[in-house]
Amino acid sequence: MELFKIILLLFLIICAIFTSFSKNLLTSIIIYMAYSLIMSIIWILLKSPDLAITEAAVGAGVTSVLFFVTLKKINAVKGDQTDEQIEEKL
Amino acid sequence: MSRLKKNYERSFFYRFKKWVEGEYDPFDGKLEIKNTNRVKKELANHTQNPMEVFYQEEEEEIEHATEEGLKWYQKIYKIVSVVICLSIISVLLITVSYLPKIGNPDNPDNNEVSKRYIEKGLEETGATNIVSGMILDYRAFDTFGESNVLFIAACCVLILLRYDFGGKDSANLKKINAEANDRIYEPKNDVILQRVAFVLVPMIIIFGIYVILNGHLSPGGGFSGGAIIGAGLILYLNAFGFKKTERFFSQKTFKWTVFSSLTFYCLAKSYSFYTGANHMESGIPLGTAGNILSSGLILPLNICVGLVVACTMYAFYVMFRKGGF
Amino acid sequence: MGGNLFANYEEVVAMILFGIGFTTLLLHRNMIKKIIGLNIMDSAVYLFLASKGYIEGRLAPIVVNNVTDMEVYINPVPSGLVLTGIVVSVSVSALMLALTIRLYRRYHTLDLDEIIIQSKKEGK
Repeated sequence: MELFKIILLLFLIICAIFTSFSKNLLTSIIIYMAYSLIMSIIWILLKSPDLAITEAAVGAGVTSVLFFVTLKKINAVKGDQTDEQIEEKL
Repeated sequence: MSRLKKNYERSFFYRFKKWVEGEYDPFDGKLEIKNTNRVKKELANHTQNPMEVFYQEEEEEIEHATEEGLKWYQKIYKIVSVVICLSIISVLLITVSYLPKIGNPDNPDNNEVSKRYIEKGLEETGATNIVSGMILDYRAFDTFGESNVLFIAACCVLILLRYDFGGKDSANLKKINAEANDRIYEPKNDVILQRVAFVLVPMIIIFGIYVILNGHLSPGGGFSGGAIIGAGLILYLNAFGFKKTERFFSQKTFKWTVFSSLTFYCLAKSYSFYTGANHMESGIPLGTAGNILSSGLILPLNICVGLVVACTMYAFYVMFRKGGF
Repeated sequence: MGGNLFANYEEVVAMILFGIGFTTLLLHRNMIKKIIGLNIMDSAVYLFLASKGYIEGRLAPIVVNNVTDMEVYINPVPSGLVLTGIVVSVSVSALMLALTIRLYRRYHTLDLDEIIIQSKKEGK
């Protein structure tokens, strides 16, 4: 269990570094999502299951969704082409 | 020799040195930052009025000066911030090395406060989950303040992202068109998403309700359950579109749900604290520990907090998508 | 240096994460990266607090079989503090993202330096 915890903590540091260094904003947000999930496993190992549930629902779920919507709003992610746009091209 | 120099230029230290000196930015041209030179284009479009030429020259001078200043500023800023970060990390690590060992029961933070919560918690609050009994009974006003923080944050996001529908000039019409465009992006007829959501959304919402109702018996509580229900509502919205969710969740629903939950929380906990401080009988039965209907006020307060959190999470998403309900 | 640096490896990781978050916050010019850095700093502080409450070989703070003895459960106080903190950090990041969207609508860029240059020109 000790070894498992150390491996998870190392993953945490790696995720944080690559969140900072990745060039694509979408990639860095997805890596941040993985960071939150690893954090929730560490909280189970630290014997606080309340925090684990809250972090998995809030950190990995709602925060990442808000980041994605923000990327959509600032046009960093291309949405699917709608039918009207395809018709315009034709 | 030249090959050696090329190798050196490709090496990590060369690039690091360049980066420290401010000549090379590893993210330059690769990170998604949009550089629109709107202001410069506007300047170029001006007619050559002599007064305006004068102003233009002045502007260019100022621009030149600020860019030169910014270059120097960035160079110094990078070095200073790296130094500050490294020194902060080293100071914190030295402090950590003097802290007592983790996992030792004799650490100074395991004092009489946690002893009281553990030994008297079940008897005084009736909650099996000690953390839930602590944050909703002993420190209930702290949780009340936090629910208010969520509500205020939702109000601020509403103010920041609201589209103004007053007037019929072209700017407003453009904004309305932008909003309409966002609605077009909804996958209205995505069969896979709709079928999966049809199965998953009821399960997610029922699990959220279970987590809220069992907050005093098992891990969970208002915060996590509310966030789970909010995530389920967001999935439903993504699958079926705004038309279906607006039938049961509008601005009025949000307003009245959050308002009545916060008012009920405030009144119930004020009553409980008032009677407790004056040594009166509150008349709230604690029940037998382990049942769903037990532990006095914790279950209704959990439901209130869960409603506030679920409404706020869903409201954040809706306001980010289309600016207001 | 005290002798507990390697025994307290969770706190060491928390401090390193705090440093990484702070560096991201200071060195990046992109607003979204700055917000992610602030979130990493948040969770580093929570990891530090939660590891303070952990006691080796004890159970999670949920009463089993009516045993209310201090020697059985871990310290519940940091768990309560962190639980409040996580939910507040979501509302903080939502507020910052809303401000970012407003800035993008006004200046059409995410670069902080560009925003400063443009706002200086307009304020003149």
